[in-house]
Amino acid sequence: MREITIPISDETIRSLKVGEPVTLTGVMMTGRDAVHKWMIDTFIKQTRQPQGDDLEVYAAIKPLLDHGVIYHCGPVVAGLDTKEYKFVAAGPTTSIREEPYQADVMKHFNARGVIGKGGMGPKTLAGCQEVPFVYFHAIGGAASYIAQSVQKVLGVYKLDFGVPEAMWVIEVKEFPVVVTMDSHGGSQHAVIDEKSRKVFEELLAKA
Amino acid sequence: MRNLTQEILELIRRTSTDLPNDVETRLRAAVEKEAPGSAARGALETIVKNIELSRKNSTPLCQDTGTPIFYVHYPEGMSTRALKKQIREAMAEATRRSYMRPNAVDAIYDKNSGNNLGGDEFPYIHFDEVDADQPLTIELMLKGGGCENVGIQYSLPNSQLGAGRDLKGVRKVVLDAVQKAQGQGCAPGILGVAIGGDRGSSYYASKEVLFSKMGTRNEDPQLAELEERLTDEANQMGIGPMGFGGETTVLDTKITGLHRLPASYFVSVSYMCWAYRRRKMTVSGEEVIYD
Ligand code: SF4
Repeated sequence: MREITIPISDETIRSLKVGEPVTLTGVMMTGRDAVHKWMIDTFIKQTRQPQGDDLEVYAAIKPLLDHGVIYHCGPVVAGLDTKEYKFVAAGPTTSIREEPYQADVMKHFNARGVIGKGGMGPKTLAGCQEVPFVYFHAIGGAASYIAQSVQKVLGVYKLDFGVPEAMWVIEVKEFPVVVTMDSHGGSQHAVIDEKSRKVFEELLAKA
Repeated sequence: MRNLTQEILELIRRTSTDLPNDVETRLRAAVEKEAPGSAARGALETIVKNIELSRKNSTPLCQDTGTPIFYVHYPEGMSTRALKKQIREAMAEATRRSYMRPNAVDAIYDKNSGNNLGGDEFPYIHFDEVDADQPLTIELMLKGGGCENVGIQYSLPNSQLGAGRDLKGVRKVVLDAVQKAQGQGCAPGILGVAIGGDRGSSYYASKEVLFSKMGTRNEDPQLAELEERLTDEANQMGIGPMGFGGETTVLDTKITGLHRLPASYFVSVSYMCWAYRRRKMTVSGEEVIYD
């Protein structure tokens, strides 16, 4: 299996094709609903004034995300009292909720990969080609297994969003994923949706 | 009445970290049906490894530890208020120990309570009284959010699908639900289907039916037949584990029927992800047995 290291070069991104299983090694950041909304409102569309530590957090995550990876994940974290954080369970969450935001976020931060589950829609797929970036599908629910590939928690931002919604900066080793949306317009999700729809229509026609 | 907080804590730990045997057996069998080297087989193999690891390390099977749903059968005379208090205490403790992720978010103020307790409805607890000489049983199901989001309710007739108010119509809408869900509910899934009721009771029944073991068929032969047919036809769609494409999309289907108003005909589909976490504890006297 191919091993991809983060930060990921454009050349590597362009070489990845739908259906390819790979592993990821390097530093990435978790981010889900609250984070994407915060990024869009505060820094991309700027409909909200930066408040509190917003600007500091922005400065800290920018270099991390440049050619980096965002992981749609709301982990279970131990060590909250001592701040010696450890990921206990860390599978992917459903990505489609970030469909309105993802392409803009990737473009703004110049990021190269999203990890999640369930795939994403046409707006994100168009973004994959343009930015470029790819969508990596992790195994939904395989939380203990994935947590094992998290070597270290390097830090956390916006813990006030709640443990699942905060931005956790993690160092991973050989994190297993499958490319299901590539930077050439390919989407495994669109293919399976189409195939299953055909069978469904045949089944409907039967009594 | 004795204090059962510690025993309930153990029930929560087991539910969150160790999948029931009947579910694990089905998942292991599903691995063999997928082509070697396929993404589907890889996904199932990872799931099986994850089950083993979670059991060994006593860590949550999935980071989404779900909506906790308790069904309690208590002998006549036992205080449900005391039981509720103990369940809530055990839930907060299970969260402190990372068996559960803090999962209760105030919908108005967007604030996570931090301990899995939120208002009166979180965790959800259903009480039923049994005879005084019967044991106390507490069943717990953890229902994930991703799969809950692909749950769906139909009001029949549905002209778009050509589904009328009969079992043929039920079949059509359930298949529609599976096609729409794709891999989003962490397939392979288990379908809980309730026919009838009002909107609320119908959804509850579609979850309650998921407390029964894999392969349990409805006593009504027509429903039993429909259960098997739906599992088979859902798998023909080839959505596969995680929606990667493959042989196994649905592991089992369970149907239940309710009374309805003449005006309404609801079909509710609850989709349970592969992380089908349900456990039971039985308390007779001093003895506590976990299934
Ligand atoms: S749907 Fe189930 S397995 Fe998937 S992330 Fe949610 S709880 Fe976990």
